[in-house]
Amino acid sequence: MLVKRIIPCLDVTGGRVVKGVNFVDLIDAGDPVEQARFYNDEGADELIFLDITASSDGREILLDMVRRVAESIHIPFTVGGGIRSVNDMREILRSGADKISINTSAIKNPLLITQGAKAFGSQCIVVAIDAKRKKNSWDTYTHGGRHSVDMDAIAWAKEAVERGAGELLVTSMDCDGTQKGFDNELLARISEEVSVPIIASGGAGTVQHFVDAIEKGKADAVLAASLFHFRKLTIREIKEAFIEKAIPARTQY
Amino acid sequence: MINIVDYEGGNLFSVVKAFEYLGEQPQIITSPEAYQTGKIVIPGVGDFGDAMGELNARHFTQFIHEKAAEGVEILGICVGAQILFQGSEESPGIAGLSFFKESVRYFAPGGKIPHMGWNTLKIKRQNPLVVDVDDGGYVYFAHSYFIPAAMADYELAHCEHNNLFTAIINRDNIYGVQFHPEKSQKVGMQIMKNFIEL
Repeated sequence: MLVKRIIPCLDVTGGRVVKGVNFVDLIDAGDPVEQARFYNDEGADELIFLDITASSDGREILLDMVRRVAESIHIPFTVGGGIRSVNDMREILRSGADKISINTSAIKNPLLITQGAKAFGSQCIVVAIDAKRKKNSWDTYTHGGRHSVDMDAIAWAKEAVERGAGELLVTSMDCDGTQKGFDNELLARISEEVSVPIIASGGAGTVQHFVDAIEKGKADAVLAASLFHFRKLTIREIKEAFIEKAIPARTQY
Repeated sequence: MINIVDYEGGNLFSVVKAFEYLGEQPQIITSPEAYQTGKIVIPGVGDFGDAMGELNARHFTQFIHEKAAEGVEILGICVGAQILFQGSEESPGIAGLSFFKESVRYFAPGGKIPHMGWNTLKIKRQNPLVVDVDDGGYVYFAHSYFIPAAMADYELAHCEHNNLFTAIINRDNIYGVQFHPEKSQKVGMQIMKNFIEL
Protein backbone atom coordinates (compact mmCIF):
# COMPACT_ATOMS: atom_id res chain seq x y z
CA MET A 1 0.00 0.00 0.00
CA LEU A 2 1.21 3.49 -0.90
CA VAL A 3 2.52 5.16 2.26
CA LYS A 4 1.89 8.70 3.44
CA ARG A 5 5.27 10.38 3.12
CA ILE A 6 7.05 12.37 5.80
CA ILE A 7 9.32 15.03 4.34
CA PRO A 8 11.83 17.22 6.18
CA CYS A 9 12.45 20.50 4.37
CA LEU A 10 15.89 22.12 4.39
CA ASP A 11 16.43 25.78 3.52
CA VAL A 12 19.78 26.37 1.87
CA THR A 13 21.71 29.37 0.71
CA GLY A 14 25.13 29.36 -0.92
CA GLY A 15 25.16 25.57 -0.62
CA ARG A 16 24.74 25.70 3.17
CA VAL A 17 21.79 24.77 5.34
CA VAL A 18 20.15 27.67 7.14
CA LYS A 19 18.65 26.94 10.57
CA GLY A 20 20.06 23.43 10.34
CA VAL A 21 19.92 20.57 12.75
CA ASN A 22 22.15 21.22 15.69
CA PHE A 23 23.04 17.84 17.15
CA VAL A 24 26.09 16.71 18.97
CA ASP A 25 26.56 13.81 16.57
CA LEU A 26 26.80 16.07 13.54
CA ILE A 27 30.17 17.63 12.91
CA ASP A 28 28.83 20.40 10.71
CA ALA A 29 25.20 21.43 11.15
CA GLY A 30 25.31 23.63 8.07
CA ASP A 31 26.41 20.86 5.75
CA PRO A 32 23.52 19.71 3.55
CA VAL A 33 25.16 16.32 3.04
CA GLU A 34 25.36 15.59 6.76
CA GLN A 35 21.77 16.73 7.22
CA ALA A 36 20.59 14.62 4.31
CA ARG A 37 22.39 11.52 5.62
CA PHE A 38 20.90 12.08 9.06
CA TYR A 39 17.32 12.17 7.73
CA ASN A 40 18.00 9.35 5.28
CA ASP A 41 19.03 7.15 8.22
CA GLU A 42 16.18 8.36 10.39
CA GLY A 43 13.55 7.13 7.96
CA ALA A 44 12.52 10.27 6.10
CA ASP A 45 10.62 9.20 2.99
CA GLU A 46 11.87 12.12 0.95
CA LEU A 47 13.68 15.45 1.35
CA ILE A 48 13.09 18.92 -0.03
CA PHE A 49 15.84 21.51 -0.43
CA LEU A 50 14.74 25.08 -0.96
CA ASP A 51 17.35 27.55 -2.13
CA ILE A 52 16.08 30.66 -0.36
CA THR A 53 18.36 33.17 -2.03
CA ALA A 54 18.22 31.54 -5.43
CA SER A 55 20.49 33.96 -7.20
CA SER A 56 21.63 32.84 -10.60
CA ASP A 57 25.33 33.36 -9.76
CA GLY A 58 24.99 30.72 -7.03
CA ARG A 59 23.88 28.13 -9.58
CA GLU A 60 27.07 26.09 -9.70
CA ILE A 61 27.22 25.98 -5.89
CA LEU A 62 23.66 24.65 -5.80
CA LEU A 63 24.36 22.03 -8.48
CA ASP A 64 27.43 20.89 -6.58
CA MET A 65 25.31 20.53 -3.46
CA VAL A 66 22.70 18.52 -5.37
CA ARG A 67 25.39 16.16 -6.65
CA ARG A 68 26.91 15.70 -3.20
CA VAL A 69 23.50 15.01 -1.65
CA ALA A 70 22.57 12.57 -4.45
CA GLU A 71 25.70 10.51 -3.92
CA SER A 72 25.13 10.37 -0.17
CA ILE A 73 21.52 9.24 0.18
CA HIS A 74 19.22 6.66 -1.38
CA ILE A 75 15.87 8.37 -0.97
CA PRO A 76 14.27 10.81 -3.40
CA PHE A 77 14.67 14.54 -3.05
CA THR A 78 13.23 17.70 -4.55
CA VAL A 79 15.06 20.96 -5.19
CA GLY A 80 13.34 24.33 -5.44
CA GLY A 81 14.22 28.01 -5.57
CA GLY A 82 15.15 30.18 -8.49
CA ILE A 83 14.34 27.66 -11.23
CA ARG A 84 13.31 29.77 -14.22
CA SER A 85 13.81 27.61 -17.30
CA VAL A 86 13.70 24.07 -18.63
CA ASN A 87 17.47 24.22 -18.73
CA ASP A 88 17.60 25.06 -15.00
CA MET A 89 15.39 22.02 -14.39
CA ARG A 90 17.55 19.79 -16.57
CA GLU A 91 20.74 20.77 -14.73
CA ILE A 92 19.23 20.01 -11.34
CA LEU A 93 17.68 16.71 -12.41
CA ARG A 94 20.89 15.64 -14.18
CA SER A 95 22.75 16.38 -10.95
CA GLY A 96 20.70 13.76 -9.14
CA ALA A 97 17.52 15.45 -7.86
CA ASP A 98 14.29 13.57 -8.52
CA LYS A 99 11.95 16.50 -8.75
CA ILE A 100 12.11 20.24 -9.07
CA SER A 101 9.77 22.66 -7.34
CA ILE A 102 8.68 25.93 -8.89
CA ASN A 103 6.58 28.70 -7.41
CA THR A 104 7.08 32.32 -8.52
CA SER A 105 8.44 31.32 -11.93
CA ALA A 106 5.38 29.12 -12.57
CA ILE A 107 3.06 32.03 -11.86
CA LYS A 108 5.07 34.41 -14.03
CA ASN A 109 5.35 31.85 -16.82
CA PRO A 110 2.81 29.02 -16.50
CA LEU A 111 4.12 27.51 -19.76
CA LEU A 112 7.17 26.45 -17.78
CA ILE A 113 5.06 23.79 -16.03
CA THR A 114 3.97 22.30 -19.35
CA GLN A 115 7.44 22.47 -20.86
CA GLY A 116 8.98 20.81 -17.80
CA ALA A 117 6.35 18.08 -17.72
CA LYS A 118 6.87 17.38 -21.41
CA ALA A 119 10.65 17.23 -21.07
CA PHE A 120 10.94 15.21 -17.86
CA GLY A 121 7.48 13.85 -17.07
CA SER A 122 4.87 15.25 -14.70
CA GLN A 123 6.29 13.21 -11.83
CA CYS A 124 9.34 15.52 -11.81
CA ILE A 125 7.39 18.78 -11.62
CA VAL A 126 6.21 20.03 -8.23
CA VAL A 127 4.34 23.32 -8.15
CA ALA A 128 4.59 25.05 -4.77
CA ILE A 129 1.67 27.25 -3.81
CA ASP A 130 1.86 29.75 -0.94
CA ALA A 131 -1.71 30.51 0.12
CA LYS A 132 -3.15 33.00 2.58
CA ARG A 133 -6.74 32.92 3.76
CA LYS A 134 -9.12 35.74 2.80
CA LYS A 135 -12.57 35.10 4.30
CA ASN A 136 -13.77 31.98 2.49
CA SER A 137 -11.02 31.74 -0.07
CA TRP A 138 -7.24 31.81 -0.29
CA ASP A 139 -4.98 34.22 -2.17
CA THR A 140 -1.77 33.12 -3.86
CA TYR A 141 1.56 34.64 -2.86
CA THR A 142 4.96 34.68 -4.56
CA HIS A 143 8.57 35.47 -3.66
CA GLY A 144 8.56 33.38 -0.51
CA GLY A 145 5.26 34.88 0.63
CA ARG A 146 6.27 38.51 0.20
CA HIS A 147 4.06 39.44 -2.74
CA SER A 148 0.38 38.84 -3.24
CA VAL A 149 -0.87 38.06 -6.72
CA ASP A 150 -4.47 38.36 -7.77
CA MET A 151 -5.07 34.64 -8.07
CA ASP A 152 -7.33 32.30 -6.15
CA ALA A 153 -5.10 29.55 -4.72
CA ILE A 154 -7.55 26.75 -5.49
CA ALA A 155 -8.08 27.91 -9.07
CA TRP A 156 -4.31 28.17 -9.47
CA ALA A 157 -3.85 24.64 -8.06
CA LYS A 158 -6.27 23.28 -10.66
CA GLU A 159 -4.60 25.20 -13.46
CA ALA A 160 -1.12 24.04 -12.42
CA VAL A 161 -2.26 20.42 -12.56
CA GLU A 162 -3.97 20.91 -15.93
CA ARG A 163 -0.70 22.34 -17.20
CA GLY A 164 1.24 19.26 -16.09
CA ALA A 165 2.24 19.56 -12.43
CA GLY A 166 2.66 16.08 -10.95
CA GLU A 167 2.48 17.20 -7.35
CA LEU A 168 1.51 20.29 -5.35
CA LEU A 169 3.35 21.59 -2.30
CA VAL A 170 0.71 23.61 -0.47
CA THR A 171 1.92 26.02 2.22
CA SER A 172 -0.49 27.94 4.40
CA MET A 173 1.00 31.36 5.06
CA ASP A 174 -1.38 31.78 7.99
CA CYS A 175 -0.22 28.62 9.72
CA ASP A 176 3.45 28.62 8.75
CA GLY A 177 5.64 29.01 11.82
CA THR A 178 2.75 28.90 14.31
CA GLN A 179 3.08 25.20 15.18
CA LYS A 180 -0.71 25.20 15.67
CA GLY A 181 -1.55 22.74 12.92
CA PHE A 182 -1.92 22.71 9.14
CA ASP A 183 -4.71 24.54 7.32
CA ASN A 184 -6.65 21.34 6.74
CA GLU A 185 -9.55 23.11 5.08
CA LEU A 186 -7.24 24.54 2.42
CA LEU A 187 -5.50 21.19 1.95
CA ALA A 188 -8.75 19.23 1.65
CA ARG A 189 -10.23 21.72 -0.81
CA ILE A 190 -7.21 21.41 -3.08
CA SER A 191 -6.78 17.66 -2.60
CA GLU A 192 -10.39 17.04 -3.62
CA GLU A 193 -10.12 19.32 -6.65
CA VAL A 194 -6.99 17.81 -8.21
CA SER A 195 -5.88 14.32 -9.21
CA VAL A 196 -2.23 14.64 -8.17
CA PRO A 197 -0.61 14.13 -4.72
CA ILE A 198 -0.57 17.02 -2.25
CA ILE A 199 2.23 17.81 0.20
CA ALA A 200 0.95 19.61 3.31
CA SER A 201 3.17 22.41 4.57
CA GLY A 202 3.01 25.09 7.25
CA GLY A 203 1.93 24.80 10.86
CA ALA A 204 3.09 21.40 12.14
CA GLY A 205 3.62 21.38 15.89
CA THR A 206 2.48 18.01 17.23
CA VAL A 207 2.14 14.41 16.07
CA GLN A 208 -1.63 14.89 15.94
CA HIS A 209 -1.20 17.74 13.44
CA PHE A 210 0.39 15.32 10.98
CA VAL A 211 -2.40 12.80 11.50
CA ASP A 212 -4.97 15.57 10.95
CA ALA A 213 -3.28 16.72 7.72
CA ILE A 214 -3.76 13.18 6.37
CA GLU A 215 -7.21 12.46 7.79
CA LYS A 216 -8.83 15.91 7.55
CA GLY A 217 -6.59 17.64 5.02
CA LYS A 218 -6.49 14.54 2.76
CA ALA A 219 -2.79 15.17 2.15
CA ASP A 220 -0.56 12.54 0.55
CA ALA A 221 2.60 13.75 2.24
CA VAL A 222 3.46 16.03 5.16
CA LEU A 223 6.32 18.46 5.41
CA ALA A 224 8.00 20.16 8.34
CA ALA A 225 11.26 22.01 8.88
CA SER A 226 12.28 23.45 12.25
CA LEU A 227 10.13 20.93 14.12
CA PHE A 228 12.47 18.20 12.87
CA HIS A 229 15.62 20.27 12.89
CA PHE A 230 15.23 21.20 16.55
CA ARG A 231 14.21 17.67 17.50
CA LYS A 232 10.82 18.68 18.86
CA LEU A 233 9.52 15.63 17.03
CA THR A 234 11.17 12.68 15.36
CA ILE A 235 10.07 11.00 12.16
CA ARG A 236 9.73 7.76 14.08
CA GLU A 237 7.19 9.30 16.49
CA ILE A 238 5.04 10.43 13.58
CA LYS A 239 5.27 7.05 11.87
CA GLU A 240 4.27 5.29 15.09
CA ALA A 241 1.22 7.56 15.35
CA PHE A 242 0.36 6.86 11.69
CA ILE A 243 0.47 3.11 12.25
CA GLU A 244 -1.69 3.42 15.34
CA LYS A 245 -4.26 5.30 13.23
CA ALA A 246 -3.99 2.78 10.37
CA ILE A 247 -2.32 5.36 8.12
CA PRO A 248 0.19 3.53 5.92
CA ALA A 249 3.80 4.34 6.87
CA ARG A 250 7.17 2.90 5.89
CA THR A 251 8.90 1.43 8.91
CA GLN A 252 11.77 -0.53 7.29
CA TYR A 253 14.54 1.34 5.58
CA MET B 1 31.27 -4.06 -15.86
CA ILE B 2 28.01 -2.08 -15.75
CA ASN B 3 27.26 0.17 -18.74
CA ILE B 4 24.70 2.91 -18.25
CA VAL B 5 23.02 4.19 -21.38
CA ASP B 6 23.08 8.01 -21.47
CA TYR B 7 20.27 9.23 -23.68
CA GLU B 8 19.48 12.51 -21.89
CA GLY B 9 17.01 10.51 -19.84
CA GLY B 10 17.27 12.49 -16.64
CA ASN B 11 18.31 10.87 -13.42
CA LEU B 12 21.49 9.22 -14.65
CA PHE B 13 23.72 10.58 -11.91
CA SER B 14 21.91 8.83 -9.06
CA VAL B 15 22.02 5.49 -10.89
CA VAL B 16 25.77 5.90 -11.46
CA LYS B 17 26.36 6.84 -7.81
CA ALA B 18 24.28 3.93 -6.51
CA PHE B 19 26.40 1.47 -8.54
CA GLU B 20 29.54 3.17 -7.22
CA TYR B 21 28.18 2.83 -3.69
CA LEU B 22 27.93 -0.90 -4.38
CA GLY B 23 31.58 -1.02 -5.40
CA GLU B 24 31.18 -0.87 -9.18
CA GLN B 25 32.81 1.53 -11.58
CA PRO B 26 29.99 1.96 -14.06
CA GLN B 27 30.71 3.20 -17.55
CA ILE B 28 28.42 5.86 -19.02
CA ILE B 29 27.89 5.18 -22.71
CA THR B 30 26.61 7.96 -24.95
CA SER B 31 26.85 5.84 -28.11
CA PRO B 32 26.98 2.12 -28.93
CA GLU B 33 30.66 2.56 -29.92
CA ALA B 34 31.53 3.37 -26.30
CA TYR B 35 30.43 -0.11 -25.19
CA GLN B 36 33.12 -2.67 -24.54
CA THR B 37 31.78 -5.44 -22.37
CA GLY B 38 29.35 -6.16 -19.55
CA LYS B 39 25.79 -5.56 -18.49
CA ILE B 40 23.60 -2.70 -19.73
CA VAL B 41 21.35 -0.43 -17.66
CA ILE B 42 18.72 1.79 -19.29
CA PRO B 43 17.71 4.49 -16.81
CA GLY B 44 14.81 6.73 -17.56
CA VAL B 45 12.70 9.60 -16.45
CA GLY B 46 10.16 11.22 -18.70
CA ASP B 47 8.05 10.35 -21.64
CA PHE B 48 7.92 6.95 -23.44
CA GLY B 49 8.00 8.58 -26.88
CA ASP B 50 10.85 10.96 -26.03
CA ALA B 51 12.86 8.11 -24.52
CA MET B 52 12.47 6.01 -27.70
CA GLY B 53 13.22 9.05 -29.86
CA GLU B 54 16.46 9.74 -27.98
CA LEU B 55 17.48 6.06 -28.08
CA ASN B 56 16.78 5.90 -31.82
CA ALA B 57 18.64 9.15 -32.49
CA ARG B 58 21.73 7.73 -30.76
CA HIS B 59 21.46 4.37 -32.57
CA PHE B 60 20.93 2.52 -29.31
CA THR B 61 17.82 0.60 -30.40
CA GLN B 62 19.58 -1.77 -32.80
CA PHE B 63 22.54 -2.08 -30.40
CA ILE B 64 20.32 -3.09 -27.45
CA HIS B 65 18.65 -5.76 -29.59
CA GLU B 66 22.03 -7.13 -30.68
CA LYS B 67 23.35 -7.28 -27.12
CA ALA B 68 20.11 -8.86 -25.88
CA ALA B 69 20.47 -11.57 -28.55
CA GLU B 70 24.06 -12.17 -27.38
CA GLY B 71 22.75 -12.83 -23.88
CA VAL B 72 23.96 -9.61 -22.24
CA GLU B 73 21.91 -8.84 -19.12
CA ILE B 74 19.87 -5.66 -19.57
CA LEU B 75 18.06 -3.75 -16.81
CA GLY B 76 15.50 -1.03 -17.55
CA ILE B 77 14.53 1.39 -14.78
CA CYS B 78 11.15 3.21 -14.69
CA VAL B 79 10.56 4.49 -18.25
CA GLY B 80 13.63 2.41 -19.12
CA ALA B 81 11.53 -0.63 -18.09
CA GLN B 82 8.42 0.58 -19.92
CA ILE B 83 10.26 0.92 -23.23
CA LEU B 84 11.06 -2.81 -23.07
CA PHE B 85 7.41 -3.16 -24.14
CA GLN B 86 5.74 -2.88 -27.51
CA GLY B 87 4.10 0.49 -26.92
CA SER B 88 2.44 2.80 -24.43
CA GLU B 89 -0.78 4.73 -24.10
CA GLU B 90 1.51 7.67 -23.28
CA SER B 91 2.83 7.80 -26.85
CA PRO B 92 0.43 6.16 -29.30
CA GLY B 93 2.06 4.95 -32.50
CA ILE B 94 5.60 4.90 -31.07
CA ALA B 95 7.21 1.45 -31.09
CA GLY B 96 9.11 0.38 -27.99
CA LEU B 97 11.95 -2.14 -27.87
CA SER B 98 9.25 -4.87 -27.90
CA PHE B 99 10.95 -7.51 -25.75
CA PHE B 100 7.48 -7.89 -24.23
CA LYS B 101 4.30 -7.92 -26.28
CA GLU B 102 1.99 -5.98 -23.99
CA SER B 103 1.43 -2.23 -24.03
CA VAL B 104 2.01 0.12 -21.11
CA ARG B 105 -1.19 1.75 -19.83
CA TYR B 106 -2.49 4.74 -17.84
CA PHE B 107 -3.62 4.06 -14.27
CA ALA B 108 -7.26 3.32 -13.53
CA PRO B 109 -9.04 6.07 -11.56
CA GLY B 110 -8.96 5.95 -7.77
CA GLY B 111 -5.92 7.06 -5.81
CA LYS B 112 -3.77 9.99 -6.88
CA ILE B 113 -1.88 9.89 -10.19
CA PRO B 114 1.16 10.02 -10.55
CA HIS B 115 1.63 7.00 -8.32
CA MET B 116 4.23 8.76 -6.22
CA GLY B 117 6.04 7.42 -3.20
CA TRP B 118 6.87 4.22 -1.37
CA ASN B 119 4.80 1.13 -2.02
CA THR B 120 5.16 -2.58 -1.30
CA LEU B 121 6.48 -5.32 -3.56
CA LYS B 122 4.61 -8.61 -3.72
CA ILE B 123 7.16 -11.19 -4.84
CA LYS B 124 5.58 -13.57 -7.35
CA ARG B 125 8.48 -15.72 -8.44
CA GLN B 126 11.95 -16.50 -7.14
CA ASN B 127 14.77 -15.26 -9.32
CA PRO B 128 18.39 -14.19 -8.75
CA LEU B 129 17.29 -10.51 -9.12
CA VAL B 130 15.04 -10.73 -6.07
CA VAL B 131 17.26 -12.83 -3.78
CA ASP B 132 17.10 -11.45 -0.23
CA VAL B 133 14.34 -9.01 -1.20
CA ASP B 134 11.60 -9.26 1.39
CA ASP B 135 8.04 -9.87 0.29
CA GLY B 136 6.30 -6.64 1.31
CA GLY B 137 9.49 -4.58 1.07
CA TYR B 138 9.08 -0.88 0.22
CA VAL B 139 10.44 0.75 -2.94
CA TYR B 140 10.04 4.25 -4.41
CA PHE B 141 7.76 4.76 -7.41
CA ALA B 142 7.06 7.89 -9.51
CA HIS B 143 4.96 7.13 -12.61
CA SER B 144 1.56 7.61 -14.23
CA TYR B 145 1.68 4.68 -16.67
CA PHE B 146 2.00 1.06 -15.63
CA ILE B 147 3.06 -2.33 -16.92
CA PRO B 148 -0.03 -4.59 -16.90
CA ALA B 149 0.26 -7.49 -14.48
CA ALA B 150 -1.03 -9.86 -17.11
CA MET B 151 2.13 -11.77 -17.92
CA ALA B 152 2.37 -14.20 -15.04
CA ASP B 153 5.28 -16.06 -16.63
CA TYR B 154 7.47 -12.97 -16.69
CA GLU B 155 6.39 -11.17 -13.56
CA LEU B 156 8.82 -11.35 -10.62
CA ALA B 157 6.94 -8.90 -8.41
CA HIS B 158 3.82 -6.82 -8.56
CA CYS B 159 2.42 -3.84 -6.74
CA GLU B 160 -1.01 -2.29 -6.40
CA HIS B 161 -2.20 1.29 -6.87
CA ASN B 162 -5.75 1.70 -8.24
CA ASN B 163 -5.01 -1.54 -10.10
CA LEU B 164 -2.46 -4.34 -9.96
CA PHE B 165 0.63 -3.70 -12.04
CA THR B 166 4.01 -5.29 -12.64
CA ALA B 167 6.86 -3.91 -10.54
CA ILE B 168 9.66 -6.28 -11.65
CA ILE B 169 9.71 -8.19 -14.90
CA ASN B 170 12.15 -10.67 -16.37
CA ARG B 171 12.44 -12.73 -19.50
CA ASP B 172 15.73 -14.56 -20.07
CA ASN B 173 18.43 -11.86 -19.82
CA ILE B 174 16.02 -8.88 -19.97
CA TYR B 175 14.98 -7.25 -16.66
CA GLY B 176 12.82 -4.24 -15.87
CA VAL B 177 11.91 -2.46 -12.64
CA GLN B 178 9.11 0.12 -12.56
CA PHE B 179 10.39 1.79 -9.38
CA HIS B 180 13.70 3.59 -8.75
CA PRO B 181 16.05 1.12 -7.01
CA GLU B 182 18.70 3.85 -6.76
CA LYS B 183 16.26 5.80 -4.54
CA SER B 184 14.88 2.85 -2.59
CA GLN B 185 17.33 2.48 0.27
CA LYS B 186 18.00 -1.07 1.48
CA VAL B 187 15.60 -2.92 -0.81
CA GLY B 188 16.74 -0.96 -3.87
CA MET B 189 20.42 -1.51 -3.11
CA GLN B 190 19.80 -5.25 -2.72
CA ILE B 191 18.16 -5.43 -6.16
CA MET B 192 21.02 -3.48 -7.76
CA LYS B 193 23.55 -5.71 -6.01
CA ASN B 194 21.68 -8.75 -7.30
CA PHE B 195 21.83 -7.35 -10.84
CA ILE B 196 25.59 -6.82 -10.52
CA GLU B 197 25.97 -10.43 -9.37
CA LEU B 198 23.80 -12.01 -12.11
